[in-house]
Amino acid sequence: MKVLFSMILTGLLLMGASTVSRAESGLLGAGATFPYPLYSKMFDVYHKEYGVRVNYQAIGSGGGIRQLLSKTVDFGASDAFMSEEELKKSPYQILHIPMCLGAVVVTYNLPGSPEIRLTPDIIADIFLGKITRWDDFRIKKVNPGLRLPAMKIIVAHRSDGSGTTFIFTDYLSKVSKEWREKVGRGKSVSWPVGLGGKGNPGVAGLVKQIPGSVGYVELVYALQSNMPAAIIKNKKGNFIKASIKSTSLAANVELPPDTRVSLTNTDSEFGYPISGFTWILVYKEQNYDSRSKSKAKTLVNLLWWMTHQGQKYAEGLGYAPLPDEAVKKAEKIIKSITYDGRPIRRN
Amino acid sequence: MKKDSLKSEIAFQKTIYFSGVVILLLLLGIFFTLLFSSLPSIKAFGLKFLTGREWDPVSGNFAALPFLAGTLLTSFLALVISIPFSLSIALLLGEYSKGGAISSFLTGMVELLAGIPSVIYGFWGLFILVPVIRFIELKLGLVPYGVGIFTASLILSVMIIPYSASLGKEVINLVPRELKEAAYSLGGTKFEVIKRVILPYARSGIFAGILLSLGRALGETMAVTMVIGNSHFLPTSIFSPSNTMASVIANEFTEAVDTLYLSSLIEIGLLLFLITTIVNIAGRYIINKVSVEVR
Repeated sequence: MKVLFSMILTGLLLMGASTVSRAESGLLGAGATFPYPLYSKMFDVYHKEYGVRVNYQAIGSGGGIRQLLSKTVDFGASDAFMSEEELKKSPYQILHIPMCLGAVVVTYNLPGSPEIRLTPDIIADIFLGKITRWDDFRIKKVNPGLRLPAMKIIVAHRSDGSGTTFIFTDYLSKVSKEWREKVGRGKSVSWPVGLGGKGNPGVAGLVKQIPGSVGYVELVYALQSNMPAAIIKNKKGNFIKASIKSTSLAANVELPPDTRVSLTNTDSEFGYPISGFTWILVYKEQNYDSRSKSKAKTLVNLLWWMTHQGQKYAEGLGYAPLPDEAVKKAEKIIKSITYDGRPIRRN
Repeated sequence: MKKDSLKSEIAFQKTIYFSGVVILLLLLGIFFTLLFSSLPSIKAFGLKFLTGREWDPVSGNFAALPFLAGTLLTSFLALVISIPFSLSIALLLGEYSKGGAISSFLTGMVELLAGIPSVIYGFWGLFILVPVIRFIELKLGLVPYGVGIFTASLILSVMIIPYSASLGKEVINLVPRELKEAAYSLGGTKFEVIKRVILPYARSGIFAGILLSLGRALGETMAVTMVIGNSHFLPTSIFSPSNTMASVIANEFTEAVDTLYLSSLIEIGLLLFLITTIVNIAGRYIINKVSVEVR
């Protein structure tokens, strides 16, 4: 009876996170959907060059972390870094290795798709439901010379938990005290106003259909589907257009050694303010669950390749490659991975 | 020879009993896993889970009233919209146009309606129905969301019509010819025969079909998620965006890492399980009662 229960329990828990069976050769990874196109390109090239097959399941950041904790995968992937509390749940130390950067853009549906400028406080107040019309004097003030329609603003947000929401709400929490206290940051939050759409296509669908709506989607998605993106004032006071370059520039700041840092509202002069890293998560000590040393080596080599040679595939797919500073930090972290306490890769 | 056949008889019987028991165990297993996995949230929130309005993954406060309301509202509204149509189809196929090319064509179409994957209904809803509703909302001076409870109910009603219609048709077919002929020979018109003979006789079966379709409406996930607006507020009108229990689970399950969060989602699953069970039991009770009345 008990066995039956636990079988069903496992089935339920894995409902959203399809089970990943353990392959003997090659590597297994699971996690974030956001970098999936880039990772699959990288893994494809890597397979052709080195003959190592990497099976990556894009089941969402939360699922990736769960699978890493239950040791069913060789690496997890997440758009949001694990909190101290989450890290404490794991008996072994987990490392975060940055892979690329992504950005979130504020997109909208206005007649004629004008290029609008927004400041952090305006964005926060729109998503708090305090600015309700496009012809609000505060929006007019930062967009002189633009004829803004007398339309109601309809907010669209993600209905599913996602790293995109994490980055966006992380940004809003930093720029607005009221947002921080009322809503906070998370992969899904209690939205004060608005409609929910599932995934980037869901939000984009709502925004494209509803006149006067505003929402947030990943930069990659906005570029691919030709959606307008607001030009946003960053911390240094410059209005920044979201692009691959301005996203990379966001990481042009002093980074902590473990790279677990939020890049939103960056200090970087020309950095786009709603950007963030996406990470691959691995255990620092690779000799767990009777893993072979060769497997650990394969993993370390793959990570090294992804943070170096693999970076050149990022831009073509709409992702921002790691700036040099971040690559140096990643090198140090990869070198700290051990097998039986001894580092696997020294140079 | 005789011994052999007896042996296989016993083996067959055992297999049948075994299958029955397995189904029962599975059902109990699902119930208890849901119950055990939702214990943390039951302990933390108790009955407040049913009456509270807040669903905040950041602060860790969870309550399901808005989803409960959304589920029940969309399902019953869908039922109300669908009944006239499904009843008409059942009468048409079961009484007016029995046999023949038109009837078999229509039957095929109705069955096809049941076979369309729900994600396709969702897409159709999103791209065709939502703009229509938005147009109506603009004309009525409402906020032109397009998505919301009413849109979801419309989609649901189309989805559940085949269930109640085909079962209704079957039971209408079962009405004995003698009864109908007797009524006609007394000078009854077609409408009178339907009203006085067919509907009373087929009542319990028609009810059963409606309840079956209600069960389907309660649990429908994909199509509803796409058109309901996924907003965590208590609905204020039938045009409000809302959320259902099934769609909140589908939306938030993958990224729910926190124990209490996951457990709250599973408790919603448990509630949905219980509601469906109650609907089924109530249905059985009604069917029994109605059938007795006929006799």
